Amino acid sequence: MIIINGNELDVSGKTVSQYLREANYTTARVAVEINGDIVPKSEYDEVVLNDGDTVEIVSFVGGG
Amino acid sequence: MIIGKDQAQRYARHFVLKEIGAAGQKKLLQSKVLVIGAGALGSASIIYLAAAGVGTIGIADYDTVEISNLQRQVIHRKDRTGMKKTASAELSVKELDPDINVCRHDEMITPDNIGGIISGYDFVIDCTDRFETKFLINDACVISKKPYCHAGVVRFEGQAMTYVPDKGPCLRCLLGGVPSPEDTVTCAEAGVLGAVTGIIGSVQALEAIKYILGAGELLTGRVFTIDGLGMNTKVTSIPHPDPGCSVCGNSPSIMSVMDNRKEYEIRSCSL
Repeated sequence: MIIINGNELDVSGKTVSQYLREANYTTARVAVEINGDIVPKSEYDEVVLNDGDTVEIVSFVGGG
Repeated sequence: MIIGKDQAQRYARHFVLKEIGAAGQKKLLQSKVLVIGAGALGSASIIYLAAAGVGTIGIADYDTVEISNLQRQVIHRKDRTGMKKTASAELSVKELDPDINVCRHDEMITPDNIGGIISGYDFVIDCTDRFETKFLINDACVISKKPYCHAGVVRFEGQAMTYVPDKGPCLRCLLGGVPSPEDTVTCAEAGVLGAVTGIIGSVQALEAIKYILGAGELLTGRVFTIDGLGMNTKVTSIPHPDPGCSVCGNSPSIMSVMDNRKEYEIRSCSL
């Protein structure tokens, strides 16, 4: 299992890109952190979610 | 500096706070904070900075007050429509406290002028309404080693975080670069509620005040988010900068905002 924003989810083996797409995030406006380290945008297609990972995803908005 | 009798009465509730006291109040009165954008976030930020006794408040905006601003931009008034937002905000600050020094910057913030404008301030608050400008402010503050508070808000949601040089990630660490217009919604489509901008703008003023006082824990390496409809708030810890960040990383490619000006050109009204 993988903990994403505090929820246990069975999504191991998916890439960051795949998960973000399936969970309806707008990739350009999110920050993704796995086990305390930021995942650079350029690595979303390659980085795979593994069992035991703790993931935080924060969406940003641009208004003011 | 000496705190006079009027000021002692005005700040009586600060003097009993151990984090402020007379010494902290002097720090606030001698501090200079720049607020970029006198819109919805700026309304809350500016008025709380003024109330707290931040001695010099810079206000940067090139826009004028419109009636459609008034449901959220609470520093402005109906009888000031058509007036420069900087002038309207200055009037509100002076009504609250005529001793606060207001520096108006009526021009649009650009890669060419931002370095000179931010250099005179201790702390910068980003209250702008477009990702392009938010990245311009981020990059200029990183390059100038200037602490600043980022925020964004749309509909009932918003976020805030504080960048302090060498203390945590910058906006570019987190998002990489300016989102494309397809990944954002237009102002007219999305809407925004003033009570939510008030919360986030107040958070930004609080961050500036804490920075000046050296009190508490800043939102450095942490992102505050709020969903006002569900009334869910969260602080997500993202402590480490991205070593590959193109502005604050180990080998940055953005060394000057003037050289990177293409990225800051407004492509849409992004939210």
